[in-house]
Amino acid sequence: MTNTSPATKADTSKLETESRNATKAQLAEFWYYFSQNKGAVVGLVVFALLVLTAIFAPLLAPHDPDFQYRDSFLVPPFWEEGGKAAFLLGTDAVGRDILSRLIFGARLSLLVGVMVVTIALTGGIVVGVVAGYMRGAVDTFIMRIMDIILAFPSLLLALVLVAILGPGLINAMIAIAIVLQPHFVRLTRAAVLTERSRDYVVAAKVAGAGHMRLMFKTILPNCLAPLIVQATLSFSNAILDAAALGFLGMGAQPPTPEWGTMLAEAREFILRAWWVVTFPGLAILITVLAINLVGDGLRDALDPKLKRS
Amino acid sequence: MLRFLLGRLGLLIPTFIGVTLVSFAFIRLLPGDPAELLAGERGITPERRAEVLSQLGFDKPYWQQYLDYIFGIFQGDLGISFVSKKPVLDEFMTLFPATAELAICAIIIAVSIGIPAGIFAAVKRGSIADQAIMGTALVGYSMPIFWWGLLLIIFFSGILGWTPVSGRISLMFFFPQVTGFMLIDSLLSGEKGAFLSAVRHLILPSIVLATIPLAVIARQTRSAMLEVLGEDYVRTARAKGLPPRAVIGLHALRNALIPVVTTIGLQVGVLLAGAILTETIFSWPGIGKWLVDSISRRDYLVVQGGLLLIAGIIMLVNLVVDVLYGLINPRIRHN
Repeated sequence: MTNTSPATKADTSKLETESRNATKAQLAEFWYYFSQNKGAVVGLVVFALLVLTAIFAPLLAPHDPDFQYRDSFLVPPFWEEGGKAAFLLGTDAVGRDILSRLIFGARLSLLVGVMVVTIALTGGIVVGVVAGYMRGAVDTFIMRIMDIILAFPSLLLALVLVAILGPGLINAMIAIAIVLQPHFVRLTRAAVLTERSRDYVVAAKVAGAGHMRLMFKTILPNCLAPLIVQATLSFSNAILDAAALGFLGMGAQPPTPEWGTMLAEAREFILRAWWVVTFPGLAILITVLAINLVGDGLRDALDPKLKRS
Repeated sequence: MLRFLLGRLGLLIPTFIGVTLVSFAFIRLLPGDPAELLAGERGITPERRAEVLSQLGFDKPYWQQYLDYIFGIFQGDLGISFVSKKPVLDEFMTLFPATAELAICAIIIAVSIGIPAGIFAAVKRGSIADQAIMGTALVGYSMPIFWWGLLLIIFFSGILGWTPVSGRISLMFFFPQVTGFMLIDSLLSGEKGAFLSAVRHLILPSIVLATIPLAVIARQTRSAMLEVLGEDYVRTARAKGLPPRAVIGLHALRNALIPVVTTIGLQVGVLLAGAILTETIFSWPGIGKWLVDSISRRDYLVVQGGLLLIAGIIMLVNLVVDVLYGLINPRIRHN
């Protein structure tokens, strides 16, 4: 079948155009529902700004995030008495510019979110698809392991894992990814279970598709909607957990300008210098809130149950 | 019903075995050496080290150590803390009431505000009140609670001076522990001002711990209510002329609360994870702080026992929630 007749060629290109148009229409429909949710659009804008901040951190930050200005310990923000225009949000206990540290911290938090979600999502999808597709003993075994992970409070499990792997941002990311994994596995498995007996899957099977093709090309694309929503939620959870680990001294290590670690360093000054505590936390809150807003919007746009009139 | 219960219990057994394996394996993977840890800074000779390890049973093959551990569990023996030299279970029992008191207060706050707020938002769907409630809930849900705790301390303890910064009760008061719950014990002691002091110590940590469950419960109640309000039986109730209060209170709420019960049950894990942070911020002497300290001090047997006990509690609560769910929703039971 190397020779394709011109008629078939024309058919193929027509089909391709049609499918491209369908994708376009789907995207347009998605955007319509997503943009109905104003909060989600605001969240998306804030998130985009955060990404830009992270990318252009060296250009945006007024100071080196690790440089200690020996003559400027605990300088308040510029609008407070004693504040300096050079340090817009003030300095910390060793004279580092808080704004610059926050800007560089955005890189770390977003990196944590991306890495954790990538690891947890990939692992969760593979394991979940296998469990849901294979059923039987494999499924039972996988799901029991997930139950075991879920039996521990996530932060506690992450803490112990980091204690085993050694404190640090990379290990914190691995630990958080492991802890978040079961949610993806469960979700994928449930979606695969409902899809696998559908007619299109049976048709593909009859047409001779192998297991791998059936699992990952036929079934998986139809299970993506809940996974996308879960990925967004996990993105914000990962940022929160990484910050919590940093706060407990088990995440990124000083002097890394990670927001949770900054809070941990600031704890002893809370009653003397409110700004060293307030701003890093506010940065975490705004980031997580923006992502959750987007997540809510995605859920509304992707969940057909909620799409009414 | 019995079959349902037995089925759920049967599912728990492999998970429980898994939990024992995980907690057992984890502390053996932790870097460091228990004997050197016990010796402290004085150091230890190799002979003495071997002796200590054999006393602890750490020189036996792993399978035998594991069996000893399992037999210990059934006899209520989880080993002895390296730091305090007290049995792990005794330490847990002394500290658990502090965490339980905090968690119970938090869940009371979360339920008593979250459910009415969720109902109100659902009934007034699309109104400014709905948007305000759901906006606040989303902020609460996104809150880094360790920071929230610090903010509350700055405001209420630092600026206003209303609440203490840490601990469970003022050092001025001293009375015997009866229940371990400071609110009850302080009342029983009859000491003037003790109860008030306990309340003032408890209020900020409970608010901090309640924040995320409160947000989750409010969101869940609203969406469950919205779903139920569109059902035929609610329309029928409205059509036959029942006042809105009866429609919402009698017909809609009862059914809407079913998924909310599950959500509340699931919050127990969230509460215990939150307790780790909350107790650390407020120096609250509960199991969360105990475990964090034990992990950083490498108090091996405490970590092993603590992980097991906490996972046990979560599994037990999930079982109770499952059974409750089966009780109030016969459809689940019969499937």
